[in-house]
Amino acid sequence: MSTAREMGLVTCTACARVWPAGTPECGRCGHRLQSRHAGSLQMVWAFWLTGLLCYIPANIYPMLVTSTLVSTEANTIVGGAVEIARHGEIAIAAIVLIASVIIPVAKFIAIAYLAVSVQRGRVHGAHGKMHLYEIVEFIGRWSMIDVFVVAILSALVQLSVVASIHPGSAALTFALSVIFTMLSARSFDTRLIWDAHVPHGQTAAPLPPSPGTE
Amino acid sequence: MTAQTERTGAGKGLSGMDTAALIGCPNCDEVYVARTPPARRRAVCDRCGTVLISSRRNAGIPILALSVAVLVLVLAAAFHPFLSINAAGLGNRVSLLDVATSFRSGVLVLVSVATVMLIVALPALRVALLIYVIAPLEMGLRPARHARLAFRAAQELKPWSMTEVFSIGCAVALVKVSDLARLEFGSAFWMFVALSVIVVISDRFMCSWSIWQAIDAAEGDATASAREPG
Repeated sequence: MSTAREMGLVTCTACARVWPAGTPECGRCGHRLQSRHAGSLQMVWAFWLTGLLCYIPANIYPMLVTSTLVSTEANTIVGGAVEIARHGEIAIAAIVLIASVIIPVAKFIAIAYLAVSVQRGRVHGAHGKMHLYEIVEFIGRWSMIDVFVVAILSALVQLSVVASIHPGSAALTFALSVIFTMLSARSFDTRLIWDAHVPHGQTAAPLPPSPGTE
Repeated sequence: MTAQTERTGAGKGLSGMDTAALIGCPNCDEVYVARTPPARRRAVCDRCGTVLISSRRNAGIPILALSVAVLVLVLAAAFHPFLSINAAGLGNRVSLLDVATSFRSGVLVLVSVATVMLIVALPALRVALLIYVIAPLEMGLRPARHARLAFRAAQELKPWSMTEVFSIGCAVALVKVSDLARLEFGSAFWMFVALSVIVVISDRFMCSWSIWQAIDAAEGDATASAREPG
């Protein structure tokens, strides 16, 4: 095991090119080179907190305001999902609940867990944490479903007095919450996990090997 | 294999070495001697499992073709209606341009702007950048001006182009108002479904390391061009 930092090198996180330590920017892709992203955790926490602050009003205020001839109804995220479930569309209600409640909450917990475990200095099970990070990065965008649904419906359902749908203020705060948590996850420098990794039996490999194939 | 023999031990500098033959794992910082894997295999980081090189021979043409397809579909889908509604004799059909202009009330304009950015503008920009970078390489020409910046931007945009999320959003919308009115998918919806599939396939073909190597090689940059070790 020999990391770029141990070898006096620095890896470009954008294009994987390796340069001597101290090189200010990647000569191939122009990305700024940092052996470890300085202030990575501060940025993670700053975006995390902003995302969380946006997520609270996103759940309190209505996401969708439906006006029909007889009534006007304002639905929050959870209220909207319950409404769908009441119409027997359990699968769709589940998609909405998973995308808008379970994924965002799980993401807040997962990012905080990763950041805290790195800050403690010793990481056990780095492989598991790396997988967790990859899942968080992959899944984050899917929370935008509900925002898109609101955008679609408020453009489409404009049938004068018969029925019309308008977005509630939660649409904006929820979209911001998703964007900020995506930024939070992207600010996390995964190399910190491996720096703090405590392997079972460390053996110093004398040569940099070629990567394995699968 | 000069990289291996010249190594003097962990902690010592390797300033005299040509680092072009090396590849670093962006996720865990492990350094390897870059070696193109055999056909249909991928070079994977032993330490953290990140795929480092997934080079497929002649991947440029499929990526180029798929990118052109995505660009055409995104632009066409923006103008065609993706859903139509019927209720009590009243009807409405909307395209994405209508979505962009639907939120007229205050700050919620931002929601429609963000929606159109994530679904049309950024995916279109991303594939346009890919075409701009890869087309000259495939034709054996010098890389386009600022090709490096363009390719890095295209990679940065990847998580922000959300066409596949939007396709699922259309399906949810259809169910959500099913008791209020009858909704039907328009042509643009099917374009988005096709788009989502093509984007996934295209990303499978794409190996960022190989494209960077191709840009280096095409510019004939002696210091940066990488030769196969061994």
